Amino acid sequence: MVAPGGSAQTIGRMQRGVLLDRLFRVATRFFAGMVLVVIIAIMVSLLIGAWPAIQKFGVGFLWSTEWNPVTDQFGAAVAIFGTLATSLLAMIIGIPVSFGIALFITELSPRWLKRPIGIAVELLAAIPSIIYGMWGLFVFAPLFADHAQPWLTDHLGDWPVIGNLFQGPPMGIGMFTAGLILAIMVIPFMTAVMRDVFEIVPPVLKESAYGLGATTWEVVRHVVLPYTKVGVMGGVMLGLGRALGETMAVTFVIGNAHSISSSLFMPGNTISSTLANEFTEAVGQMYTSSLIALGLILFFITFLVLALAKLMLLRLTAREGQRT
Amino acid sequence: MFDLYTRRRFINGFNLTVSVLATVFGLFWLVWLLWTLLRQGLPWINLDVLTQPTPPPGSAGGLANAIVGSLMMTAMGTVIGTPMGILAGTYLSEFGRGSKMAPVVRFVNDILLSAPSIILGVFIYEVVVVTMGHFSGWAGALALALIVLPVVVRTTEDMLRLVPDTLREAAAALGAPQWKVIIMIVYRAARAGILTGVMLAVARISGETAPLLFTALNNQFWSSTLNEPIANLPVVIFQFAMSPYDDWQHLAWAGALLITFSILFLNILARVLLRTRQSSY
Repeated sequence: MVAPGGSAQTIGRMQRGVLLDRLFRVATRFFAGMVLVVIIAIMVSLLIGAWPAIQKFGVGFLWSTEWNPVTDQFGAAVAIFGTLATSLLAMIIGIPVSFGIALFITELSPRWLKRPIGIAVELLAAIPSIIYGMWGLFVFAPLFADHAQPWLTDHLGDWPVIGNLFQGPPMGIGMFTAGLILAIMVIPFMTAVMRDVFEIVPPVLKESAYGLGATTWEVVRHVVLPYTKVGVMGGVMLGLGRALGETMAVTFVIGNAHSISSSLFMPGNTISSTLANEFTEAVGQMYTSSLIALGLILFFITFLVLALAKLMLLRLTAREGQRT
Repeated sequence: MFDLYTRRRFINGFNLTVSVLATVFGLFWLVWLLWTLLRQGLPWINLDVLTQPTPPPGSAGGLANAIVGSLMMTAMGTVIGTPMGILAGTYLSEFGRGSKMAPVVRFVNDILLSAPSIILGVFIYEVVVVTMGHFSGWAGALALALIVLPVVVRTTEDMLRLVPDTLREAAAALGAPQWKVIIMIVYRAARAGILTGVMLAVARISGETAPLLFTALNNQFWSSTLNEPIANLPVVIFQFAMSPYDDWQHLAWAGALLITFSILFLNILARVLLRTRQSSY
């Protein structure tokens, strides 16, 4: 027999438990929803801020190379070109290196070395972007201009198709330096994903290939890579998303010139470096609005790339789920 | 003799060598960067850096106001972003299983995680700076909170998922309501992991420059309120490094050294913490 008072107490406690349960659930849900609200708010606020520029310049904003605060004429082509060109360069350098490091960590490295190397590569991602910028401008660029650039211009400058890329004064800064530094900055992100996806390859698959007499490279090329193809692509897209939006390092070394040049050694501009350099100094509604429109374009591009990356990685894990 | 076997062995050896070289290539930059920082920054580290405010060009000074401003904004950004992130992460791991909302939130959160930080700066500029009518430390802190949020959401969810379901079931079987199970059992089991996530988030925002450029702006003087533009280490480093004055550049290197090594320290500490926790299971 439970005393009447005790039972009321128990019921009260249960009711309180139910109430708190509901409260807690609602609170967590609210903040989870907040993540959605944030991204929608970013989109809407960028759109509102960019509206005057969109209205004035229309779609032509995308391919106009004009950028003239005095006459209030703006176009995004130069910045978009710079962003894409530097990121492309970063991918060309970064993908093979990341693949090499991931291969080393998963297949070659002795056990005791895996963790230190993994951490060292991750520390590369922890170093703030501004440090890369300072190092690039004050340490790397002068060395590059004195030693590597003249040699590259002499030896590659006359080549038929790619020759143009290596023409230009040896200034040290420019698209090439920006691309190289971006590559170093995104290597840790791509390496981490590649390493993770390489590790989910079932050992029995690799062992059967080894059993048939395959070399390590053949196992990687014909077993690991086909199995993880989607994941590797996802990692590459993730790195690309990072490279597109990287700001401070690029601002230091790109040279900030509003011009499209066929040479990698010439200064240029990216969307993010334009924003970093000009946003606080922009006077007039149209100037600010055009800068925000640049931001909107950047947001749109990175959103697409990152969404694609995420979808690819999801596909790999979904297959993984079915298998087990 | 170039028979098939030799060729295969050669290709294998060549590619594996390239793989080792790629690793050396990656680590080479890390060493070069850290060495540069030590060489350029160490000579200028002294007590003045920590105690004197930023000087006008040509006179002596330090970075004290920038360090304090950075600490204030980092602290506020973490304090705002962390609880939101932990609760959202809890939803994804505990309540959202099988819901339609959870996958969408997870997807968007991962995009927010890698979104360009300068865009967050533009967003906060639009929403906070324009509304308030002036740049402020609060705007900077909010921009940083937006960077903390996705990091904490992600690590919290991952860490809560590592807690075995049997623990939850055991607590529920004893009659504990779900909120009690989560707060007293699940959070406790995942404490070290969640803390690691917060530390990584702090490390990430301590070096962020882009979102502060047009939210917190900068301030040459002491400022102890977040209501006005406030000096902060990353923006001061940016401004001083780009300046033509020698002593400003020296201070920039000193600041760069301070900031990088604190961040590396936080990162390594977070990993050590996580490792001891994992090996204790």
